[in-house]
Formats: sequence, structure tokens, C-alpha cells
Amino acid sequence: MTLPEPYRLAAFVLGALAFVGLNAAYLVWVERKGAARFQRRPGPTEVGPEGLLQPIADAIKLLSKQVIVPPGADALLFRLAPAVVMAPALMTFAVLPFGAHLTARPMSVGLLLAVAFGSINVMAILLGGWASRNKYAIISAARVVSQNVAYEIPLLLVVITLLMITGTLDLSEIVRQQAGGFWRWNVFKLWVNPLMPVTFVIFFICLLAETNRAPFDMAEAESELVAGAFTEYAGMGFGVFFMAEYANIVVGCALATALFLGGWQSPFGIGSGVGWFLLKLYLLIFTVVWIRWTFPRTQFYGLLNLSWKILIPISLGTLGLTSVLLKFIRP
Amino acid sequence: MSTSAALADAARAAARAEGRETFVLNLGPQHPATHGVLRLKLTMDGEYIARAEPVCGYIHRMHEKMGENRTWAQFLPNTSRIDYLSAMHYTHAYVAAVERAAQLEVPRRAEFVRVITSELNRISSHLVWFGAFLLDLGGFTPLLYAFDDREKILDLLERITGARLTYCYYRFGGLYNDVDAEFLRGARDFVRYLRPRLDMYRELVTENIIFRKRLEGIGVADAELCRRYGATGPVLRGAGVAYDVRRAEPYAVYPELDFKIPTHPRGDSLARYLVRMEEMEQSLRIIEQALDLIPEGPFRSKVPKVLKLPPGDTCFAVEAARGRFMVRIVSDGRDIPYRVKLRTPSFSNLSLFEEASRGMLLADALAFLGSLDLVIPDIDR
Repeated sequence: MTLPEPYRLAAFVLGALAFVGLNAAYLVWVERKGAARFQRRPGPTEVGPEGLLQPIADAIKLLSKQVIVPPGADALLFRLAPAVVMAPALMTFAVLPFGAHLTARPMSVGLLLAVAFGSINVMAILLGGWASRNKYAIISAARVVSQNVAYEIPLLLVVITLLMITGTLDLSEIVRQQAGGFWRWNVFKLWVNPLMPVTFVIFFICLLAETNRAPFDMAEAESELVAGAFTEYAGMGFGVFFMAEYANIVVGCALATALFLGGWQSPFGIGSGVGWFLLKLYLLIFTVVWIRWTFPRTQFYGLLNLSWKILIPISLGTLGLTSVLLKFIRP
Repeated sequence: MSTSAALADAARAAARAEGRETFVLNLGPQHPATHGVLRLKLTMDGEYIARAEPVCGYIHRMHEKMGENRTWAQFLPNTSRIDYLSAMHYTHAYVAAVERAAQLEVPRRAEFVRVITSELNRISSHLVWFGAFLLDLGGFTPLLYAFDDREKILDLLERITGARLTYCYYRFGGLYNDVDAEFLRGARDFVRYLRPRLDMYRELVTENIIFRKRLEGIGVADAELCRRYGATGPVLRGAGVAYDVRRAEPYAVYPELDFKIPTHPRGDSLARYLVRMEEMEQSLRIIEQALDLIPEGPFRSKVPKVLKLPPGDTCFAVEAARGRFMVRIVSDGRDIPYRVKLRTPSFSNLSLFEEASRGMLLADALAFLGSLDLVIPDIDR
């Protein structure tokens, strides 16, 4: 790509914002339609054909609502939290490799940046919950912190396993290494480590937990904590949290696609392109929606036990196995 | 200072002495998990419950007092509004109590129709509970499936009763009107329809590992606890006691029908869940048999226009969807009751919550609360 740098930057900033905005809005629609189909009902149908204008109507409604800061709340932190939740998700889009030449800023530490910004999300929910001065919100905030700490560890262990295999933090480079058919994707690299599919499953579970999606939606848990950390947010404050949830799902699924499923690479070795990336991305997102409307919520301690007693030992095991295999079997 | 406030203070002081600072979490009366207007004042130690104090009365409608101010027949519609999900059973208890006091004959056909409609109502009530309980546990989808099934029952009952929820179908000495062939056929079709659906629920929900883990060993209410608080129905049967009013104090034509009383010994939330799921299957069996045995004949016996009960004290209990519902009527010989006492199962089932929920996590306590299947107007009356 030979665009001059300022134009390139502007194009990618606008592109990323539009992509996130459109995705957040229309993933809500997909989620509602999907949920409706799972539940044998039509879902939104009134606003526009097939309810396609529903997200716009929702946005207008949320924007026209008064932003209420509850008395006794920390007004600054309360207002800051929605911004803090949205910003890191947007930042991560800078390094996501959509196509061979379609990356806002190809960076040698892209993966590190994505993981680092991904961890800020929890800070925002903590801030929002803490600043609301609501007991439900504080319980939710405390839950979110322990949940995210617990799931960051297996996530990072899996990422380290992958790093040892690929030897690079550059997301584009990682995808490039997976060129040439689906058997070369990291998830199927069984000769490197026979447990690669397991690491992918661990990554996916951690992704659900990190984005606070059902069955790990401890933060929101509406039948226990009303709306959790977002209980006191009205109007667009809530809307931004809502959008950030979907932005984070997009980021998480995009990372899973790039790290495990060969990114933009075609499964047949020919005809690779951004279309494949989006197809894999949306398949993963659909799976996330599917899981949400299929399973009940886990117990909180069940969730922590799953991480500390099952996922962390397994991911440590795969890490060890990979290093041994790399050291002794492959020169 | 009221007793409950003193107890709450004592609980707080005890917690502070052990170095555990507590706070009060007000759950309800408008909380998604309380399904109505139950309020729980939770004294919390972190996410653990130190004390859960139910506060009822938000939907108290003075049904018992209203009974003292209207004729025997005029009180009839009230009974279907106490536990709105199990209206048939409640009307049944009241109607049968009056029939017992006035020594009215009920035609056999009417008794069979009462059994069929009561069991249909039990299934529809359990289906609502099934959906709402899963909703409490964070599973949205089963609710809509359960309501889909329930819709079929409501349509059936609407045909003969004219109402979809607060039926007033049973009358002194019989029924409001006769059932037609189409209803009987519809009921038979429904039995055939629901069996595979229950199998599907067993496969998709009961055998789900997340679901089982959330309920196993949570909220244990053993037989001794149930006895002390007077808990009945699936709560008691979930504690392993095979107590069912349909067998213990047989009424209508239940003695002629073959059905099992499902029990599970563990007394946890899963046991109560399994009991209710099996009860739906047993209700289907009862309906099937009653449909085979239902005779032709009158559906109502002759009843005087102005009903006056002889002076005396009469009780009648039925097995409602939530447990033993008993009506006690005291007559002083007039056309107006002297006293109507309602013994509602949800009230007793809720009472054990405070003791059994001590030390539980908030999320588990709400799963426990959901497994008790409370209907708040039934508590407050």
C-alpha cells in the first residue's frame, strides 16, 4: 500500500471506527435475531425490513436519554468508565490483521499490544461498578476482577505456547506462517503439539470469560445482580458499555482467528483474502451468541475452579509439552 | 424494637465480634429473581448470606377477610386469584369444602373433569416454574419453550372455562359447564404432544452439566426442616417424604387412578427440580387414565339458589402445584361465611428459606429460592 502516511492513518482510524460502530450495532441485531431463532420467535421485525433499522432506533433512544449520575456516586469516575471501556477495544483494532495488506499498523509487538489493551477492559467495569455506589454494582465489580485475573492466566499461557511455535509477536507474520491449506493452521498443527485443538478451546473459553459472556456473565448476572456494574448507568453510558462488549467480542474472535484459524488464509491454500478472515470471524461470533442462548450461567466459584483447577494446569501442561517437543523433536 | 430488627442487630453484632463486617442488601420487592413482589432483606458477609429475612405483605389483598363479607358463591372467584398459577386446585379446595359442609353430591363425570383440568393446571404451573427457574439460573431459552407448551394447555382450558389463568370453573355440586368431545380429544393430543417434549427437556436441561452443578447440594432442606416449617409439595417430596394429599387424604377420583408419588431423598435444589419434572409425567398418566374412565352423565347436581351452610367447621385440603392447600370454613348458618381460613403452601415453603439459606452464596441462594417455586400472592393472600 502506497498511500501517504497521514491519509493512511485517517483512512484506518475512520475505517476502524466505522467497523466497530457497525459491528457493535449490528451484532446486537444478530444477537437478538439469533436468540429469537433459538427461542422460536421472530425477533425484531417492526423497524425496517427484518428489523434491520432496530439498532439505529435503539441508538437514537439511548442518545436521547438523560445521563443520570446517582447521588453519592463518584461523578468523574462514573463518567470516565464508559470511555475507559471503549478506548482499549478501539486501540486493539490498530494491530488486527484483516488481510495481507489490511492492517492499520503492522507492529512487531502486535500480539502483546492486543493482550495488554484487552486487560484494561476489566479496569473500566471495576471503575464503573465502584463509582456507582450501588451494592449490586460493587459485588459485580469484585466478581469481574477475580474472574478476569483467573482467566487472564490460562489465556496468556496459551498465547505463550503459541509464541513458542511461531517465534514472533507480529500478528501478520503469525498468519503468514499458516499459509497453504487448513492443515497448516495453528489449531491443526498436531505435529508441533498434539494438544493444539485443546489450546484453542482453552483460548475460546477464556475469551468468553474475558468478555463476560454467558455462561460466564458474572458481571451482569441479571437474575442475581439486577444489571451488575451497569445497574446505575442510563442512556448512552449504558449504551457504550453495551457496544464495548460487542467490540471486545470482535477483538477476541479476531485474535482467535488470526492466532489459530489462519487469519485471512483460505482453507484450500488458494484464494486467500479478507473475506476468509471475516467469514471465520463471524462464525466464531455466531458460536459465542449460540453458547449464550444455550447454556445457563455457571456458579461463581465453579467458574474460578474451572480456571484454577482445570484450565491453568492444562495450559501449563501444553506449554511444557510444546517446549519439550520443540527442544527435542524438532531441531 | 421489633423482634426481627433485634435479631438482625444480634446477627450483625455476632458477625462483627468474629471480625466479619456485614452489610444489608435489599433484594426486591422489584428484583428480577423474586418474580413478583417478595422482598428479602439480606444481611451479607461479602457474597455470603449471614441472614435472609423475607418481608412479605406487598401484595396482601385480604382474601380471608373478603370471605367474611360475601356469600359462599361470591367468594369463589377469589380462590382462583390466591395462587394464580394453580387456580384449579384452589377453587377445587374451596368448592369441595363447601360441598362437604353442605353435603352436596358431585356427579362422577364432574369429578373426572375436575381431575383432568386440575392435572392440566398442575402441568401448566410446573411449566411456568420450569421456565422461570431456568431464567433465574441465566438460561433464557427454556422459558419460551415452556410457555409454548403451556399455551396449548391455556387454549384447551379456555375452550371450556372461558378463562386462561384465573379459572372459576368448578361450582358447588359440579362444574360451570360440560366438556365437549373436542376438549377430550385435545387433552389426549396434548398428552401425546408433551411426552416427547419432556424427554427433550430432560436431555437438554436436566442433563446439562452446568445446570446440575449449579443445583447439586445447593439449598438442602431435609425432611426434619420441612417438618418444622410445614413445607409441603415438591419441597417435601424433594426431601424424600412421599407425602401427597392426593394419596394421604384422597379426594375426587384419585383413589381410582394409578400414579406414583415421585420422591428424591437428597433435599437439594436438584431434587426439587427432578420431583417437579417427574410430577409432570405422572400428571400426564393421570390425565390419560381419567380420559379413559370418564363416564357420561350430568355435570352438576341440584344446588339451592341461596346456599346456606349448617353451622360448623369444615376443612378440605388438596394437593396444589406448590403443596398442600387447605381451606377451613366456619359457618354460623347464614349465607355468608363466618370465617374462611386459607392454608397456602408457598407461605410455609418460604418460611424455611431463612434458616436454610444461612451461609449460602447470593447466587446459590437465588437458585434455592427459585427451586422453592414461590408465588408471591400465594404467600401474602
